[in-house]
Amino acid sequence: MNPQFEHLYEALSKVDGYIYPNEIELSWSILIVLYPFITGLVAGAFILASLERVFNVKALRPTYVIALLTAFAFMLVATMPLIFHLGQPLRAWEIMITPHLTSAMAIFGFVYLWYLMVVLLLEIWFDYRADMVVWSKDAKGLKKWLYKAFSLGINDASPESRKWDDKLGYIVTVIGIPSAFLLHGYVGFIFGSIKANPWWSTVMMPVIFLFSAMVSGIALVMLVFMVLNYVRRQKIDMLCLDTIAKYLFYIIIIDFTLESLDQIHRFYEAEESFEIISLLMSGKLFVTLLIFQILLGMIIPLITLGTLQFFKPKEKIRQAIYFVTGLLVLFGIFFMRWNVVIGGQLFSKSFYGFTSFKLSLIGPEGFLMASIWLVIPFLILAFLLWLFPPWKKTQHEHLPAE
Amino acid sequence: MKNVKENQSRRKFIRNAGMTLGTLLVTSAIPSFNAVLFAANKPKGKGVWYGIAIDIEKCIGCGNCAKSCKIENDVPQEPFFFRNWVEQYTIKHDGSIVVESPNGGIDGFTQSVPDAEIEKSFFVPKMCNHCAKSPCVQVCPVGATFETPDGVVLVDEKYCIGCRYCVQACPYGCRYIHPTKNVVDKCTLCYHRLKKGLMPACMQNCPTQARISGDLNDPESEVSKFVKTKNVYVLKPHLNTGSKLYYNALNQEVR
Repeated sequence: MNPQFEHLYEALSKVDGYIYPNEIELSWSILIVLYPFITGLVAGAFILASLERVFNVKALRPTYVIALLTAFAFMLVATMPLIFHLGQPLRAWEIMITPHLTSAMAIFGFVYLWYLMVVLLLEIWFDYRADMVVWSKDAKGLKKWLYKAFSLGINDASPESRKWDDKLGYIVTVIGIPSAFLLHGYVGFIFGSIKANPWWSTVMMPVIFLFSAMVSGIALVMLVFMVLNYVRRQKIDMLCLDTIAKYLFYIIIIDFTLESLDQIHRFYEAEESFEIISLLMSGKLFVTLLIFQILLGMIIPLITLGTLQFFKPKEKIRQAIYFVTGLLVLFGIFFMRWNVVIGGQLFSKSFYGFTSFKLSLIGPEGFLMASIWLVIPFLILAFLLWLFPPWKKTQHEHLPAE
Repeated sequence: MKNVKENQSRRKFIRNAGMTLGTLLVTSAIPSFNAVLFAANKPKGKGVWYGIAIDIEKCIGCGNCAKSCKIENDVPQEPFFFRNWVEQYTIKHDGSIVVESPNGGIDGFTQSVPDAEIEKSFFVPKMCNHCAKSPCVQVCPVGATFETPDGVVLVDEKYCIGCRYCVQACPYGCRYIHPTKNVVDKCTLCYHRLKKGLMPACMQNCPTQARISGDLNDPESEVSKFVKTKNVYVLKPHLNTGSKLYYNALNQEVR
């Protein structure tokens, strides 16, 4: 037996019921689970930043820059799992050069570039430009040159120029909010528009993706904010932390409502695919959907965060609860992506049976490689925080929204 | 003072209304986006437009079609890669359905259900439906999958990036990733043979002539007559894929 096909023979022996013969191997694996997960973190983190900037939630000020840098660090990695998943990675650029306009996927490159280049990069640049000019005077070695290079020769650090940075940055943020919605709503559309797959094909998919993105992004920034304060031995700004948790709570309520609506609708209409999907949910997806995604990732966070809206225990206890809840939420949203991507391929489009999926440890589609794609953004974030420390920025309030 | 304020708000209203109307007018003049029209328009074919007809009553489940296809088109022999295959449907007295397709039917079939339990049993050959509104063509991000002017859905293997979106989009499970080429592969209706005036390999090798293909635009072609005179049905019609694979005597259980 050709060892290349060993795993397929194993999967063949585990087929349950009838599936089309080409369906034994899952086309999209862990790397495609990471793709919506990572882009979701980007969009969510950005929206948290906009809450401060555009919607004037002043308590969130300490997280503004952290949220932007987090979004940026993850955005840089967002395409990597996609490209490495391609059968022909060297042809990836064809999507940009010769996009096929009826394809949802073809638009990804443009949405991505728009978001990365026009929104994130510009907003961070406007926020840091004057600081980089100031820092470049005292810094030494590599840092000095990086600051000089990144300030693009615009060396005016006067209050007047800062006002301009603020104004332009504000405009970029305003453009950025619909862009962040577009980015992740669009990722949902990639799945939601596949009429062949009843588990994916729902008009709710982009909306659900968007709100789950906000949930995960806000949770991530909350965790990064806490860890940064622990590492720097700073007292955590509890007003800020409580406010993040409050927004996290609200968005989880919306997300939970939307996802419930989707499932209730699916069950009430009970179309042709109803039997296979209920088997899928109670069988192959029982642990990852009902336990991981819904119970751990949603219901428990809803209970803990909800309780903290009414009872305020001591700061240390609140911090511990927020920390665990943040981790649970991220875990839950990861499995939400898993259940969409993997779950949607476990049942046959004949609706007569199931294939199986086993995540391997090594290999390009293995657990280790996937973990690397999740670790790299944190390394990038650490580098960004070293180069652009938010705590060394000149303190100034953003101009109020006009 | 009050008058001035009112004037201003009136002016504002007129300005805003004008802007809204103007925007509406300009945007309504823009032609609709291609993607929206994709599924709504019928393709306009004047020359040959290929369609396929399969007579389920004639299929004996010998698997010659699947076997000859693998030989003709260099499809890997392993039982995970098929451009066409045969399914055996068995409906029991209690209404339950058993579907089987061991190695795509290439090695023939054995009946796993005891005779006493069988209400009826039949074979369903499956292959690319060469849809007129192919979901696979719609989703290909680089246009590597395309429909020829004569209605055959093909893949440019030098252009495919192997993203597998089309595999997800095909409701009939007719696409697979070629394990050595790392691009998608599917039935071409033996386009290389069609262009030489030959039949596709699966049809050439069908001992009962259960499957035929031909020009749907020609009312005298065998396919056209088949579609007109028999009780034909396509798979998953509710998905509006514009399937051009017509089955005679297809049971509703078949998906």
